[in-house]
Amino acid sequence: MRGARHRSGEWLITLPSLAWLGVFFVIPAALVVVTAFRPADLHGGVAAGWTLENIETLRDPAWLPILWRTLWLSAATTVVCVALALPVAFQMARVGPRLRQFLLLLVVVPFLSNFLIRIFAWKSLLHPEGVLTKVLVSLHLAPEDALLLNNAGAVLLVMIYTQLPFAILPLYAAAEKFDFHLLDAARDLGAGPCRAFMKVFVPGVRRGILSAVVMVFVCSLGQYVIPQFVGGASDEMLGNKIQQRVFADRNLPQASALAAALMAAVLLPMLVVAAWQRFGRKEGAA
Amino acid sequence: MDDFLVIDRVSKSFGALRAVDGVSLSIRQGEAFSLLGPSGCGKTTLLRMLAGFETPDSGRILLGGKDVTGLLPEQRPVNTVFQNYALFPHLNVWENVAFGLRMSRRPREEIRSGVDRMLELVRLSEHARKRPAQLSGGQRQRVAIARALVNRPQVLLLDEPLAALDLKLRQHMLVELNAIHEQVGTTFIYVTHDQGEAMSLSDRIAVMNEGRVEQVDEPEALYETPRSGFVATFIGDANFFTGMPVELKHDGYLRVQVEGLGSPLVHGSGFVSSHEPVRIMIRPEKISLTLERPQSGERVNAFRGVVEDSVYFGSHARYHVRAGEHLVIAQLQRSRFSGGGIEPARGAVVWMSFHPDEGRVVRLEGAA
Repeated sequence: MRGARHRSGEWLITLPSLAWLGVFFVIPAALVVVTAFRPADLHGGVAAGWTLENIETLRDPAWLPILWRTLWLSAATTVVCVALALPVAFQMARVGPRLRQFLLLLVVVPFLSNFLIRIFAWKSLLHPEGVLTKVLVSLHLAPEDALLLNNAGAVLLVMIYTQLPFAILPLYAAAEKFDFHLLDAARDLGAGPCRAFMKVFVPGVRRGILSAVVMVFVCSLGQYVIPQFVGGASDEMLGNKIQQRVFADRNLPQASALAAALMAAVLLPMLVVAAWQRFGRKEGAA
Repeated sequence: MDDFLVIDRVSKSFGALRAVDGVSLSIRQGEAFSLLGPSGCGKTTLLRMLAGFETPDSGRILLGGKDVTGLLPEQRPVNTVFQNYALFPHLNVWENVAFGLRMSRRPREEIRSGVDRMLELVRLSEHARKRPAQLSGGQRQRVAIARALVNRPQVLLLDEPLAALDLKLRQHMLVELNAIHEQVGTTFIYVTHDQGEAMSLSDRIAVMNEGRVEQVDEPEALYETPRSGFVATFIGDANFFTGMPVELKHDGYLRVQVEGLGSPLVHGSGFVSSHEPVRIMIRPEKISLTLERPQSGERVNAFRGVVEDSVYFGSHARYHVRAGEHLVIAQLQRSRFSGGGIEPARGAVVWMSFHPDEGRVVRLEGAA
């Protein structure tokens, strides 16, 4: 009984944010899905009536390489970001409060400058006449004709750079709650520092890892600015295609169909995982 | 094997604070040993140095004749039961206990039998699949002990093992810990601030204060013949009187002139010099209260006082008796057969008496 009342209280507190999410997220997302089934009119708007034409075009096999590239770039970004963020979050949670504040500031400080400006900064860094290329060539770490720009590697690098704070912040939040005495216990039981980290710290912050993965992966999937500026002609992601449908083709229903397909591709596996976890947890508690 | 674990002049400072100051101890194999002292006395730092979490600034730690001072925690044949148990929340009981064996990459069959046997020892076999969060405090404690002992450590360190438990459970775990110690025969080193815990768990106790060892002895010896005022007050209660030694008798007793109490005769051990004041100590329960002057030979010290206050504890009662400038605490068992069976009221004039063997000379300095 007490638990039930407690839960209803929790619901009440969550109500404002739920309402916010509903009005500004769920309804627009539903509108996107609805628009995918509408015909386009000639002025870039949405006409009346219903059609499956937009969905039909998604069956074109030409989409597959783009979808594949979008998925692997996002997955690689996620893996690298989480791998880099784990030790950072670990150290941030261990250092004293002053240094911790400073490190947090360092993580957040890139957001003070405009996202596009930072991308352009990367563009000039990676440019064949840019600083990075010249330094690498002069150290004989790269061939004379090295091209750091306009390829998938550049896209990946800048994506990682952009998304890293979104991996560090949830992991830091989880690491801050982690009981570091557990590492002493692991060491005491014969684990070296690395194994203690892998066997005790990593499972201990697994919720933070899950948040970081979702955060980085989902944000990466919709990315289109980075491939457009630092990628080559063959590095386009699904986001670029959606952008082209909206701005170049002025075909909103087509763009909506693509967006809805991407949304389904992300949401369905996540729902399956969430359902499986809930089911699994209930079973474990019984 | 008298020198199984040797702590040799070990010191450790944190900034300006000397947490452990030149401590030397030698602990026998299979012994149940306690480091006892108030918080901040350095006992936890000493334990962390034994486990390998801290490195001494100077001094050595020898285990079975081998210098282990520089070894990392994972390299020492020493395991710890942490104060809040530090069980891994993401692993179930069985996996928690198996952790150490997995780390040392033992064969699967050995891990299985080792963990099962250890869970049987601490009577948790039917809880093997539960998570630590689903266990009671006492069960968690037993998991922590099993997780440490399964590695067959040469020394088991227990950091305040009973502090997190409630009174009833604590008394039960006292018995259980003694039973486990008897069964496995491993050297146990307890760290505790609770003198009762230390007395009932250990073969010997090192009383620590301000980074130093005040006295190492068996529990009974610590209680009956404390060498310093600190030890006397930390282990039990005590009355102290300061006086000048006037006569050292040839049978080993010492007569001390105490202002307001006459010149009681006390046990002379610990007495050093006749030109300096000495401090004598008498436990409250060693003092008898009578209405009449006791039939005294020379062997009884008796003096008069006025009862100022009395506190009833059920099993015993305590009296605060004023004798000149001294306020003496006396403790009486509520039994017809002991202590004359009187119940003096406040303001009553009584005789206090104690046998010379019950009076002890303690060090003057370091008194609490």
